[in-house]
Amino acid sequence: MCGIAGLIHRGKSSNVGSELQGMLQALKHRGEDSTGYALYGDTDGKNFIMRFKVGENVGEGSSSIMEDVSVYDERKKVVDQTLAEMGAKVIKEERTLPYSLRYEIDYDVKDLLEFSQRIESIPGVEILSMGKSLEVIKDLGNAKMVCDRYSLDKVVGTHAIGHARMATESGVDIKSAHPFWGYPFSDVSVVHNGQLTNYWNNRRVLENKGMRFMSECDSELIAVYIAEKMRDGATLEEGMKASLTGLDGVFTYFVATKDSLGMAKDTMAAKPLVLYESDDLVAMGSEEIAIRSVLPQEIDTYDPFDGEVKVWQI
Amino acid sequence: MANLKTVSKKSKAQSMGMHTEVLTGRTQQKFFNPDEAENFYYFGTYDVDFNKRTDLDVKDMTAPEANKEIDNLMSQGYGTIVIKNPQGKHSLGVGILNKLNLIFEGSLGYFGMGSCDGPIVRINGRVGWSCAENLMAGKVVIEKNAGSCFGAAIRGGDLICKGSVGARTGIDMKGGTIIIGGDAGAFTGFMMQRGRIIILGDVGINLGDSMYDGTIFVGGEIGSYGSDAVDSELTSSDQDWLKRKLKVAEIGENFDVSKMKKIVAGKKLWNYDNLEPTEKKGAI
Repeated sequence: MCGIAGLIHRGKSSNVGSELQGMLQALKHRGEDSTGYALYGDTDGKNFIMRFKVGENVGEGSSSIMEDVSVYDERKKVVDQTLAEMGAKVIKEERTLPYSLRYEIDYDVKDLLEFSQRIESIPGVEILSMGKSLEVIKDLGNAKMVCDRYSLDKVVGTHAIGHARMATESGVDIKSAHPFWGYPFSDVSVVHNGQLTNYWNNRRVLENKGMRFMSECDSELIAVYIAEKMRDGATLEEGMKASLTGLDGVFTYFVATKDSLGMAKDTMAAKPLVLYESDDLVAMGSEEIAIRSVLPQEIDTYDPFDGEVKVWQI
Repeated sequence: MANLKTVSKKSKAQSMGMHTEVLTGRTQQKFFNPDEAENFYYFGTYDVDFNKRTDLDVKDMTAPEANKEIDNLMSQGYGTIVIKNPQGKHSLGVGILNKLNLIFEGSLGYFGMGSCDGPIVRINGRVGWSCAENLMAGKVVIEKNAGSCFGAAIRGGDLICKGSVGARTGIDMKGGTIIIGGDAGAFTGFMMQRGRIIILGDVGINLGDSMYDGTIFVGGEIGSYGSDAVDSELTSSDQDWLKRKLKVAEIGENFDVSKMKKIVAGKKLWNYDNLEPTEKKGAI
């Protein structure tokens, strides 16, 4: 059934890594096949941060094919070589796990589409996120396991969205885990709870328009759908409103950009969402207990209605 | 066609004492004699004193632990229990088949007060999805907002939300009254079969979709009507009943009920007869 959570601090930064971990852990009963974080951290905004993977987590419960770890090193080498060829300078490199890497890149990116296509043309390599603030971290296991594995509890930033996944229609692997990067847009991410029934029709149309899909997870469609609308000049809110009719099925989803956070609920309101809104904080999740993990005191919350779209700025 | 009243042959079930009610139509069917109500009790219910009051802090309890403790307190005769720090936990207060004054100082998560019969409950916060599902009798008052499927499949009692509620309020309800002080979401009264829903505010799309029976009263705007939901005349007795109910519900006492819309089933989707299976067998 999956659970989603998100929060945005308005006018200040906070320990969003720890806060989101608490929210997602409160929702772990909704699925702990995998957990993902999209964190918008405090950075100087000069360099791009690229989170990417060169392989899958093939641990217990994974549906991925076991690979020799040595291929990860080979793929990393090709990535480094490709970045050098494009004139991108790696300022800082972190390899949290053999298959998961974080690069800070000094590069005057004119076209993230072309950049991403070149990196992802390397077999087995997928960019999880690309942006000057956004970092997408996703892996198998519940929120605490992923948070501990990647030391996310100390990440400071303004907003974040996350997802606790119960795999239903695609594999238990990182590529099918949420959040999805709004490829090829810098700093756009999406999490979704629900099921889209016109996934393949939309996918064919969008692929013909040059958009890319990395998984067969229906939720990825939302990220690509909105990214395509924004590519054509729509604002985030306009793209989200268009999705209410363009996407068929049941859904509640969040989209985050560098300076905003939005939610949309389908016209049947079939998927849950509880929302808390104040002048300096918006917190929302599939269940109230997620919000309670950051706001234990008595608060006023509500369920957004069917067909509702809301966007908040930091 | 055989006359049902003259069918005298008893089935095996009837000879065992089952299906012995006098059937004079589904709506008049009596399930037990009110005169014998004193002898009617649930197994495991307690004789409680409403003046015997206690607090229960559930902050560090799981829902099963909290529910077990409520049961334990009732067994000690406590008739008024105040629950502190519910903090949005799911399934609190479920399955209470007892007379009881229950007060939650805070909000509940999903399935709060589900499958209850008899308690009077006040929740000084918000409730999540499916609050008071399958309520048989009693009264549940929510001071703030409620999630979707509010009062799903209730059979009786009064369910009152002073704020707004989500989608599918009163879905499949078979009796009782649901009163909403604010707005209600899409598919309110979806497939309802009996009972009444009162909404003082606006209501979303597909109101009363595929309702079999029952009545919905709306004070505000209606997003759209569902399949087979139609307007009906608001009678003076309807208005009197609405005034009484709103007064009891402590909301909308000054609300002008004469301007409310009344929605009922058009009954164009009715494609079934009203015979019990045993009756049908006799008819054939």
